[in-house]
Amino acid sequence: MSDFLVLKVMAKILIPFILLFGFYVQMHGDYGPGGGFQAGVIVAAAFILYAIVFEIGTARRVAPMAVLVSIACLGVLLYAGVGVANLIYGGRFLEYGVLAHEAAHGNHIGILIVEIGVGMTVAAVMMIIFFSFARRR
Amino acid sequence: MWLRNLLASAMVLGIYSLLMAALWVVLDAVDVAFTEAAVGAGVTTVLMLLAIALTGREEKRTRTKPWVPLAVSLTTAGLLVYATLGMPAFGIADAPAQLHVAPYYLQHGQAETGVPNVVTAVLASYRGFDTLGEVTVIFTAGMGVLVLLGSATRRRRRVPASAEKDSA
Repeated sequence: MSDFLVLKVMAKILIPFILLFGFYVQMHGDYGPGGGFQAGVIVAAAFILYAIVFEIGTARRVAPMAVLVSIACLGVLLYAGVGVANLIYGGRFLEYGVLAHEAAHGNHIGILIVEIGVGMTVAAVMMIIFFSFARRR
Repeated sequence: MWLRNLLASAMVLGIYSLLMAALWVVLDAVDVAFTEAAVGAGVTTVLMLLAIALTGREEKRTRTKPWVPLAVSLTTAGLLVYATLGMPAFGIADAPAQLHVAPYYLQHGQAETGVPNVVTAVLASYRGFDTLGEVTVIFTAGMGVLVLLGSATRRRRRVPASAEKDSA
């Protein structure tokens, strides 16, 4: 794989921007197109690009399977946890309005947290699937 | 398009996905286009390529002609095309989809959720329970792949040979 100089240089330039774009899509999903699903896939794509162009061993050391599994679990728990938090605050399950004094503000906070949970799970699961497939070779 | 080379088929599928994403943009559904481009054209193609790398590049030649699957596909396609004849005209204002809850979301969405992007508001707030289900589905898919293709702690090495044969 050491021959593809153009690919390697381009990937090295692109990967930071792909990650940055992923986080932008994550945090800006409530104002523009995007959200947790898209951001998760984009962040995973940066890792997958690195693993394909460079070597998969380094990518796997940066994102070990145990960490990915924990992140995937944490994402779902974060989402469901917001719902449970709403129950504790006296609302219904996933009724974010009770998170702040104003219902609209609480909704906004709830949506942000929930989207982060979605992004974590999607990114981790995409990488889990990729690494599991690539390991079989 | 008739292709036996699976690598080329995967590429064609990716290009098709990207064209669909362009179509969504034309139809003003940017969020869907975004997802289609990232998931459909991006990650799915990579996973297809990985699967091809594991199995083989060429489709196996079969002696039996696939008449029954072909007939089933064509019948289903025909029924679906027939069903589109009963749909309301494209973009018409009094279609059921425009009259049910969509006007409420468009008029009250930003005031109630503080989120200008209505798609995000519907996805994460009004239909939050559905999205929780979707995330659970994705999580389950990841865990399923992990269980089938290898464990988190590399315990596969110690599995006896007979079990290996069964899983392969």
